[in-house]
Amino acid sequence: MLVEIENLTVSFPTPQGMSHAVRGVSLTLGAEKMGIVGESGSGKSLTARSILRLLPENARIAADKLTFDGIDVLRAREGAMRAIRGKRAGLILQDPKYSLNPVMTAGEQIAEAWRTHRKGSRREALSAAVDLLAQVQIRDPRRVAEAYPHELSGGMGQRVMIAMMLAPDPEMLIADEPTSALDATVQAEILRLLEDLVSRRGMALILISHDLPLVSHFCDRVLVMYAGRIVEELRAGDLTHAQHAYTRGLLDCLPTLSHPKPRLPVMVRDPAWLS
Amino acid sequence: MSKRKRLGTLAATAASVPITLFGLVLVTFLIGRVMPIDPVLAIVGDRAPMDVVEQTRLELGLDRPLPVQFVIYVGKLLQGDLGRSVMTSHTVGADIRHFFPATLELATVAILIAALIGIPLGVLAAVKQGTRTDHIIRVLCLAGHSLPIFVLALLSLLVFYATLGWAPGPGRQDVVFDDMVPAVTNLLTVDALLAGDWEVFRDAVAHLLQPAGVLAYFSMAYIARMTRAFMLDSLSGEYVITARAKGLSAARVIWKHAFGNISVRLITVLALTYAGLLEGAVVTETVFSWPGLGLYLTVSLLNADMNAVLGATLVVGLTYLALNLFADAAYRLMDPRVK
Repeated sequence: MLVEIENLTVSFPTPQGMSHAVRGVSLTLGAEKMGIVGESGSGKSLTARSILRLLPENARIAADKLTFDGIDVLRAREGAMRAIRGKRAGLILQDPKYSLNPVMTAGEQIAEAWRTHRKGSRREALSAAVDLLAQVQIRDPRRVAEAYPHELSGGMGQRVMIAMMLAPDPEMLIADEPTSALDATVQAEILRLLEDLVSRRGMALILISHDLPLVSHFCDRVLVMYAGRIVEELRAGDLTHAQHAYTRGLLDCLPTLSHPKPRLPVMVRDPAWLS
Repeated sequence: MSKRKRLGTLAATAASVPITLFGLVLVTFLIGRVMPIDPVLAIVGDRAPMDVVEQTRLELGLDRPLPVQFVIYVGKLLQGDLGRSVMTSHTVGADIRHFFPATLELATVAILIAALIGIPLGVLAAVKQGTRTDHIIRVLCLAGHSLPIFVLALLSLLVFYATLGWAPGPGRQDVVFDDMVPAVTNLLTVDALLAGDWEVFRDAVAHLLQPAGVLAYFSMAYIARMTRAFMLDSLSGEYVITARAKGLSAARVIWKHAFGNISVRLITVLALTYAGLLEGAVVTETVFSWPGLGLYLTVSLLNADMNAVLGATLVVGLTYLALNLFADAAYRLMDPRVK
């Protein structure tokens, strides 16, 4: 197994005591595509970022087991973590407008990722960057390599981000709501691109989203999170067999073209889901 | 936007300089003329007979209408003639060439020390936010910023000159070295180096360090505080998470990515701080008897030496303008987002 997590908790100190954002999550991940869905604050991002130990500074993290390819993430030295980050596992963030460095060109940023993990000259890195931009299906990679993030559209920016994370050829990719900031048509393109790259390279993928149908269409397996816990795990395509009331509630709230409803139901939250 | 186009906009900004300068001259001139002090009395003294007073007034052209006086002043200004100072009996131009380099030397050394210490301290405080290191740096800066500078200057003299004897006393150099090296730039350290006179150079540096240190501490406090605030903002950026996710070292994340995003803003802070120092740190120059522009301006003002006041004010204004223009240029050339 590439990733093994047992009983992970992430909490933050607040004036009212510890606030628990992730409460006992366990999961394993092989070379597969796994989706994590849940509403804002359900702990899906924190769970995924724990694997890279990229949490906010004040976060307290604990687990019975948290390993990446056998490496104990909780006890690894910072240097050992740096050898995982980027090189073996990449992270794609939501909005390229904020996640790309505004004062470096796209090419420089990709070349930097390439050069950090593969020894080579600046020239080689830049030509590798242009190559990578072509691989994420950017039509004019040379021009885009010289562009600054504010000169790129959202879709282009996200392609740059993907190229940057693919540069060192990692075994795993965490995509944290990679399409939420994009237009609907561009969303589909970016997802198709991700799917293509992940399958072709045999990479593991964690796709975080709040779009249940999209994730189940795209992934092998879907975890549903609610208030810091995994409440349900589904095989993709089994969405209709969802058991948990929260998952069913989410599905009921989706309007469909084939069975239009005059009024969408309001989700009633059961306090029992929290325990 | 291409570099060339950006330079074009820069030229447009530069074109606004003469207009600003004209406004500066006009306002300074008017303030100088409406002040309730009589420049004539300043020259002849208050016991001079009436006809001498009248004649001096005529010689100075003060009987003419204000607009005519202004036109005459600007006309002379355009020929580089700032008039003559009553107090020193030199031309104001010569006075400024003598006094301004002293301030320039002091301000330049002060800003260099302030930036070299303040920026790393600010970055360190931001990276270690909320820890003891951060608190110590913040208290240090608070003290530098809230202590009146004359207290700081007097304390410094008391400790380093009077008690410990580490630093030489006030002034720009020891009297025995007066006029030892030819005045080429009027920057004493540079002149000493040009003359190859190491003794004078050592003495000049020793005299320079104390007032420069006091000014540097004051400016450093501000620079460190601004650096810390900018860095906190930058470090919370998503691109910092991206940089860390790429597996970069902490140093590279902090200096290349976080600091790289604030360097342009920091240049503005440095430029304005430098401008503030160049206008003559009046109080510091007084405490240390530093013969700089601030001292010149204050003494001239107290003696109603209006030509000197106007000339010195113009130099201050020009300095401000030039440094503002420089900060503007830095923005345009270094930040790819500025259009």
